[in-house]
Amino acid sequence: MLRFIARRLLETIPVLLIIITATFFMIRFVPGGPFTAEKAVTPEILRNLEAHYGLNKPLHRQYLDYLGSLLHGDLGPSFKYPNRTVNEIIAEKLPTSLELGLISLLVALALGLTLGILAAVRRNTWLDYLCSTVAMVGICVPTFVLGPLLVLLFAIHFGWVNASGWYSPVDRVLPCLTLGCVYAAYIARLTRGGMLEVLSQDYIRTARAKGASEARVIFRHALRGGLLPVVSFLGPAIAGILTGSFVIETIFQIPGLGREFVNSAFNRDYTLVLGTVILYATLIIGLNLVVDVAQVWLNPRLKFE
Amino acid sequence: MPPSLSPKPAAIHLEPPDHGSSPWHDAWSRLRKNHLAVSGGIILVALTLLCVFGPLFSQSYQDQSLDLGATAPGAAHWLGTDTLGRDLFARLLYGGRISLMVGLVATVVALTIGVAYGAVAGFLGGKTDRVMMRIVDIMYALPFTIFVILLMVFMKEPAEKLDAWLRNTVHLEGLQGFGNMLLLFAAIGAVEWLTMSRIVRGQVLSIKRMEFIEAARSLGFGRRRIIFRHILPNILGPIIVYSTLTVPAVMLLEAFLSFLGLGVQPPMSSWGVLIKDGAEKMEEFWWLLVFPGGVFSLTLFSLNFLGDGLRDALDVRTAKD
Repeated sequence: MLRFIARRLLETIPVLLIIITATFFMIRFVPGGPFTAEKAVTPEILRNLEAHYGLNKPLHRQYLDYLGSLLHGDLGPSFKYPNRTVNEIIAEKLPTSLELGLISLLVALALGLTLGILAAVRRNTWLDYLCSTVAMVGICVPTFVLGPLLVLLFAIHFGWVNASGWYSPVDRVLPCLTLGCVYAAYIARLTRGGMLEVLSQDYIRTARAKGASEARVIFRHALRGGLLPVVSFLGPAIAGILTGSFVIETIFQIPGLGREFVNSAFNRDYTLVLGTVILYATLIIGLNLVVDVAQVWLNPRLKFE
Repeated sequence: MPPSLSPKPAAIHLEPPDHGSSPWHDAWSRLRKNHLAVSGGIILVALTLLCVFGPLFSQSYQDQSLDLGATAPGAAHWLGTDTLGRDLFARLLYGGRISLMVGLVATVVALTIGVAYGAVAGFLGGKTDRVMMRIVDIMYALPFTIFVILLMVFMKEPAEKLDAWLRNTVHLEGLQGFGNMLLLFAAIGAVEWLTMSRIVRGQVLSIKRMEFIEAARSLGFGRRRIIFRHILPNILGPIIVYSTLTVPAVMLLEAFLSFLGLGVQPPMSSWGVLIKDGAEKMEEFWWLLVFPGGVFSLTLFSLNFLGDGLRDALDVRTAKD
């Protein structure tokens, strides 16, 4: 297993390097820079600005400089926020996004597993159809429709919660519910499918024949195998939740990194774009590795290849 | 095809037996019994016809009437008007054209790349296959939405230049925003082909070993002919099912981008753009959000139910569930 992890980690280095290189050159080769949008900067000031941020050096020099400082964990100064570094901005905004993502993932797992197990255990009853329909609604109503609708209903109509902001615990409810819903729906479908397959296996019959209670059969014997499809879905789900937060943070005006990333792309804040891309890529690749390891660990039939 | 020494095979025509039922026929009768899938299909056809031909008869989608402003749904404007006094129903139909077109074209792009890539990997096998699929594995783990966002932001100006060039050389005013659309197709298609390539590769691998392929090979057919005439028709089922399920994914991505202000640009409009506008003004004018959101969700519903129905009818096992 250690060898597997070590090999995957080694593989990550060239992948990250390609991502950094591709992003770096893509945003540089396109016309327009961080200072062109601002109100008529005189050529002299522009030159000074560029000299200050090292933008007047040859491109390959800038690239190597960037990689060099990256090795020290330094993501450089932001171009749009004077006197702030990308590291500071990330340190300030990332916790919010992580909190949003983590709660949403928990919501998705709690809702999805409950619905999926219920649907599988009561197969082909009204409960199954209800759960499946709810799951389909979750898949087909996108976050950017569901979010505003929930706001319309619970914030504007009933006035139970705030329409936007990220201050009190109550403010977490709508954003996390919105973001978690889609993945809850997928998890419910996968759980149902996985559980149905497992429940028809011989060892479940054996467990029943031994006189194990229904709850024990389901939670002790069936769940572990039934959850395998869910575990392999967690990789894409985590990536989806991280990028899905861009929209959620925009809808609910949450001061997180997702919104910052989209703004930085619009603003051509080169270093901030690069920094967030590297961070997100590392997070997603790393979490995928964790999921892969968990998958093999849960299912002895798979091997670390 | 390289010249070969083997005798040219005579054309063999096997007439299907009169009273048999082909797998396609079986699938069709299974599909017809699935009410959800059939309703999905009917809704889709109706929506498509409405969006394609509706704008010819309805009020113009861009006629403004600032005096009118936003009005609630009523007799004059069935679904109300937006803050500029434009008829929402007409705008929905017009936006639907774009949304459905993006869904279709970007799916075709993804389909082409995915099928070609998967078929080559599966057919060649061995080391080539291992390398090609490892690349897909790695790409799966990448934050692609982020790249699509970057692509849409940073390629906007080149796209606009292409746009201007097209209008100046081809002289078609209707082409406004065309460069941006091309960019959208390319960006979305480049992301959504991965699953398709995996499925096609798996199918090709299993079919490649079957006897009729060996027979075709011993008849001296070339690789290309074997892939296109013998293997691909046999994996049409999974390809159809996955294409149907890719369309909603693509439309979702387009709407996601449009919601962030990165997708379809004004004066063009799509359901995603309308939802974005609606979400900004919903506090006063609920219909601007509810109707576009409703139509969009209904379309996704129909596509998903139709895709699921097709999957059951064609008996395709999916990786999803």
